[in-house]
Amino acid sequence: MGCRGMEESMKIIFDSNSENEAFARTVIAAYITRLDPTLEELADVKTAVSEAVTNCIIHGYSGTEGDIEMQCDIQDHDVWIEIVDHGVGIPDIAKAMEPLYTTKPEWERSGMGFAFMEAFMDELEVFSEPGKGTRVKLKKHIGKKAA
Amino acid sequence: MKYQEREQEGIHYEIQRNCLIIYVNQDLDHHAVTYLRERSDRLIEAGNIRHVIFDFRDADFMDSSGIGLIMGRYKKVMFRGGKAAVTNVREGVNRIFQMSGLYQIIEKYPTPAEAVFGVNQKREGQTVHGLSRNGGKHEDHI
Repeated sequence: MGCRGMEESMKIIFDSNSENEAFARTVIAAYITRLDPTLEELADVKTAVSEAVTNCIIHGYSGTEGDIEMQCDIQDHDVWIEIVDHGVGIPDIAKAMEPLYTTKPEWERSGMGFAFMEAFMDELEVFSEPGKGTRVKLKKHIGKKAA
Repeated sequence: MKYQEREQEGIHYEIQRNCLIIYVNQDLDHHAVTYLRERSDRLIEAGNIRHVIFDFRDADFMDSSGIGLIMGRYKKVMFRGGKAAVTNVREGVNRIFQMSGLYQIIEKYPTPAEAVFGVNQKREGQTVHGLSRNGGKHEDHI
């Protein structure tokens, strides 16, 4: 196991189909198994990934077809996950991250997606530009404190 | 009165007294929500439904899409003086409910049977009967 984690990285690209929300959760769960996560840590990461992928489908592509990339890396006991779409982008990131704020109330979105990502992960960064898509970066420490 | 129906991907609906019970039976994410919402609303409109109960005995996972679904159904029955309840909630799903603050507006019971009894017990005087929307359609307890 390399300490830089280079050879542990993984990247998948999948369609913006809602069935792929479960697929992305399954993939990330399998990927972090090597860190021997607790059930709670596993649930945390799956929830965050599910929120990010759902955002790509609902907001990024608004129900239309597009590619979603999920890129992961493990360094010591940290897992890094980047979820990327090439959709409409977010005009006001700070506003989008406010709990309960949603641009799609008619779709019954709760406005809690980013709040859950923030709560369940150690770090969350969002990069976005209108017309250029959105990149969400998540990080979480798994298992015992790394030496 | 008992009504049962099976839906794709294992979601199962049942009507007991004035309650619609939705056995979630799978991950409650955006994908599941898209067809669950339409189906449950049709049953709510068609039946003599006052309360909605979501059972999670066979569901391990829920994200914010599930919160939106439950809040949406709650808003639907609220205007008829109805309530929303959840049952057989396992730890993973329970954390999501706690974090979202949903327990402030919905009730939790161990089983669907207890929920059917429970939501029909306390009336708490929170009658919203004045707001009969659909042409003054009247709902009575069975």
